[in-house]
Amino acid sequence: MRPVPTDSFSPKNRRSRPARTFARKLLPFSGIAVLVVLWDLALSVGGGPKLLPRPLAVIRAIGELGERGFLVKHVVASLFRVTWGYVAAVLVGVPLGIVLGWYRRGGMALAPLLEILRPISPLAWIPLAILWFGVGDVSAVFIIFLASLFPLTLTAMHAVRGVELVHVNAGLNFGLRAPELLRRVIYPAILPQLLVGLRLSLGIAWLVVVAAEMIAVSSGLGFLIIDARNAGNRYDLVVAGMVLIGVIGIALDAMMRSLERSKALAWGYTPAADADQPRVERRDTARASALP
Amino acid sequence: MTPTTGVKVRIQGLSKAFHTNGHEIRVLENIDLDVRDGELVCILGPSGCGKSTLLNIVGGFLPASSGEVTIDGSPVSEPDPRRIFVFQERGVFPWLTVEGNIGFGISGLPPKQKAARIAHYVRLVGLEGFETAYPQELSGGMKQRVEVARALAVNPDVLYLDEPFGALDSITRLIMRSELLRIWEAEKKTILFVTHDIEESCQLADRVVVLSARPGSIRRVVDVDLPHPRDLSSPRYLALRDSILEEIGLAHRI
Amino acid sequence: MNAKGPGPYRPADAPPPEKKTHAVEAILLPVLTAVVLVALWHAAVRLSHTDVFPSPLAVALGLGELARKGVLGIYVRDSLVRVAAGYLLALVLGIPTGIALGWYSGAARAINPVIQLLRPISPLAWIPVAIVLFGVTNSAAIFLIFLASFFPIVVAAMNGVRNVPSMFLHAGRNFGLSAPALFSRVIFPAALPRVLTGLRVALGVAWLVVVAAEMIAVNSGLGYLVIDSRNAGKRYDLVIAAMLLIGLIGLALNLLVGRIERLRAVRWGFNVP
Repeated sequence: MRPVPTDSFSPKNRRSRPARTFARKLLPFSGIAVLVVLWDLALSVGGGPKLLPRPLAVIRAIGELGERGFLVKHVVASLFRVTWGYVAAVLVGVPLGIVLGWYRRGGMALAPLLEILRPISPLAWIPLAILWFGVGDVSAVFIIFLASLFPLTLTAMHAVRGVELVHVNAGLNFGLRAPELLRRVIYPAILPQLLVGLRLSLGIAWLVVVAAEMIAVSSGLGFLIIDARNAGNRYDLVVAGMVLIGVIGIALDAMMRSLERSKALAWGYTPAADADQPRVERRDTARASALP
Repeated sequence: MTPTTGVKVRIQGLSKAFHTNGHEIRVLENIDLDVRDGELVCILGPSGCGKSTLLNIVGGFLPASSGEVTIDGSPVSEPDPRRIFVFQERGVFPWLTVEGNIGFGISGLPPKQKAARIAHYVRLVGLEGFETAYPQELSGGMKQRVEVARALAVNPDVLYLDEPFGALDSITRLIMRSELLRIWEAEKKTILFVTHDIEESCQLADRVVVLSARPGSIRRVVDVDLPHPRDLSSPRYLALRDSILEEIGLAHRI
Repeated sequence: MNAKGPGPYRPADAPPPEKKTHAVEAILLPVLTAVVLVALWHAAVRLSHTDVFPSPLAVALGLGELARKGVLGIYVRDSLVRVAAGYLLALVLGIPTGIALGWYSGAARAINPVIQLLRPISPLAWIPVAIVLFGVTNSAAIFLIFLASFFPIVVAAMNGVRNVPSMFLHAGRNFGLSAPALFSRVIFPAALPRVLTGLRVALGVAWLVVVAAEMIAVNSGLGYLVIDSRNAGKRYDLVIAAMLLIGLIGLALNLLVGRIERLRAVRWGFNVP
């Protein structure tokens, strides 16, 4: 069932083609442009708190960071922490999730407990993190690790549970034992779903880095936001930090999306259900017989 | 095709019951059947009569409640590469190309041999040119061919087909039936074929095992003694088909 | 053949497997596991002779202490009220916004990038802005919760409307439905499952954020309890008690929306077993 673009019902489709494609390309930027303009207007016209910065101030602030070398330093620090925490979560969570998904009893036993731990905000783990790991980088990485762990494990578990039984049985039929079955059937079967889960968990990890960097670290975008406010109400830097976080978040997401789309994994995307004709050109065109 | 008199698959006293919420649902009742080496036997019955369950038990995917299945004398308890089950085209692995799928069961072979065998079966099922295509790019009939090729590539003794053409349109189904016969005559496998389509069973089988509705038991075994290729308008064919229709209790006028 | 998941193969013409033992197992196994883990925790605390990390017993006693002092009820209520306020606000504003974005694809193309840009910014990063705008008050927390819930709801509503199959729209027009009728009788019901999923996600996020907001911006609620128990005396038993409560209430909220998803009017949109 292919969804129809719903604006075919609205009367706007009367522009000519070239105008439409141009407008199409411009549209995404227009939204952001409008937002920026509104932001500027709201602050200059309205009697808003004098502390909130105008867009230009934010851009200048980013420039300032760049000049003084802090931009790279903070971005790298945050990325560094996120990478460690996230990768650790992947290495622990994905195998764990696969095991829980495969052994139905294991899943039944542990999944509810995971579902209790999941709603606990990563911030709420900070006291325990400090207790176990002291103040500093390890605690921050631990918080990021925890935040990514639960969604990753649950995604892997659901993905394994969702593997088509016909595929498992076919694997068994060909004489595959558990390790081979895992490698040649389960793993490829769950890969698309897993990638989506990896992308979403990376998003969560990035979201949490702000919280994690509240644990008395001295670098990173989260730290920048907290520190800029505490050490002098530099709200232009605060917003600059927020903008940077947003932009890098989009970049990370886009990067993961391109992984999802790579050819070797394209099979995970089901095409429109009414495609029942082969879409591949036959190399040997001498044979004219049509295949059913 | 000279079927040897050796019995390949022997089903004895097979019964199967499922237990739900304290009730017992008897699905299969005392099935006795011998399938000879090289035969093509159809198991025919209405939906819900247990024919797929029967095939799954014979294939080793389900345990029987009572009775036994033996192949070449040894009892069946689990799936085995010597007897490959062909599911509907959904059984094709979507993450492998046509080549990858067909070569799935023969990964232990040396590369040259493997490639040669894959090429042979690609040709046999008529999919030349599509070796590197992924299943999502293929039609239903083509996917079914891939699955048959994958099954054949490991050179099994027995093939189980569970309503393999069910998801295809009727024209494709006709074509696939003759393809199956062509492959069967080329490869000389024992085939156990489940269907609910009376015409299909008459067109393909050496013997048609007619199952009753649940609990499924054998009503009758019809010997279809027509040589291939079968004339679908010959009186003998029509007589056999009508006798099965009557057996199932269906009129042949609509 | 619609059998899914590892386990004994069940062909199409077989009746469904026993649900009874599964239900019993589904409760027994996690409970047993929890008991084992608690026992291990207790043993670990005893064996390591730590005087900081609490044993399960200490946590339970701590909970009881909070309950007796009446503090527990107040904090839980405070957290829930904040969530309700922010979440409902997000609901009321978010669903129409999402529907509008789903319907007018031009608007969506313009605004989607804004949403994508703002979404990764943790609500926590908005805290300074919230404090500037509202001070260290309830409103700041509610603002954060609103922000956090708004985006998932908008995105879900937008996707729900966009993904209504054209078949349904054609059928609606075929039966002569006007645009408002088409909306209320075809589009909205068809989009509902996706919207509900977004609501569930948003509620989960709201609960996460209320705790976070309470740790920083206000002086009551379960989040505050977590941070205060540590700062005002290293009462880690209360810290863990609060965390467990947070987890349990979060789970309960999730199950609540899950119940709604199971209502027959929307069940068709979910893979409910």
